Amino acid sequence: MAFASFSEFLAMGGHAPYVWSAWGVTALLLVATVWHARVEQRQLLNGIKRRARRANSLRGNAQ
Amino acid sequence: MWAFIHKLGSPKWFYGISAKLQPWFWAAAVLLLVTGSLWGLAFAPADYQQGNSFRIIYVHVPAAFLAQSIFISMAVSGLVFMVWKIKVADMAAAVMAPLGAAMTFVALFSGAVWGVPTWGTWWMWDARLTSMLILLFLYLGVIALRGAFTSRDSASRAASVLAMVGVINIPIIKYSVDWWYTLHQPASFTLTSRPTMPTEMWLPLVIMVLGFYSFFIALTLMRTRSEILRRESSKRWVQELVNGQVVNAQAEETR
Repeated sequence: MAFASFSEFLAMGGHAPYVWSAWGVTALLLVATVWHARVEQRQLLNGIKRRARRANSLRGNAQ
Repeated sequence: MWAFIHKLGSPKWFYGISAKLQPWFWAAAVLLLVTGSLWGLAFAPADYQQGNSFRIIYVHVPAAFLAQSIFISMAVSGLVFMVWKIKVADMAAAVMAPLGAAMTFVALFSGAVWGVPTWGTWWMWDARLTSMLILLFLYLGVIALRGAFTSRDSASRAASVLAMVGVINIPIIKYSVDWWYTLHQPASFTLTSRPTMPTEMWLPLVIMVLGFYSFFIALTLMRTRSEILRRESSKRWVQELVNGQVVNAQAEETR
């Protein structure tokens, strides 16, 4: 452990604004990327399902 | 060999195999990134000159590596698409671009933030920084070009050509610190020579780099699958795959 206490860890020896903003932006972008990919996947699957369901019910009405 | 390439080029086959591979790369990414972050932030010793601000290296270097590697992957995918007309290669190239742009931004931002305590300035028009900014514009250009055509095939070809031409910038970024006098230091980390850093600083960096690469592979597999669904939504195998799920869902609703 390079720090004696948790508050020292947060302070980063006076470099807190630099270290935490660089790490924060990186973490935020990685998390946002995964979140976006999940939303994208769900929307595409739901869209295809909805279309198939509509086609199914149209076919059902015609019979 | 050719049979394998054609199999790889089949969206249906890729959709199946990528589903199996994906969890392994996600698991590796999470494991490596968590370990590397804890080690780099809390356990690696502070630099004797830069103090704790050097801990920015653990996001700056992996992001810069990935920014360049993704562009090369995009150019290679573009070449494969242009020469062999393999659509999956184009889909992969399409989904790589935004992550590449994000990683270039992370490299530039973390570098700027790091520059304030270390160099006394957040920006200099020196060769390394400028060539990285050009890389960001190249990514944005590739993304914009894809959106600028009504025909998907034209968009794919234009984006492939820009990626293949733009890849010239990668050696310029790499050798910028040797060719010109720059504020940016030469490579502190190479795969071919012994590290100049002590092991307890260098090992977390290796772990972070591997973590970023695993993340890139996992995300590319995931988003290529989505891109396959988007482009092949009217194909029979997609209908069958999803229809089965719809039938099941309806069966459950009526039960």
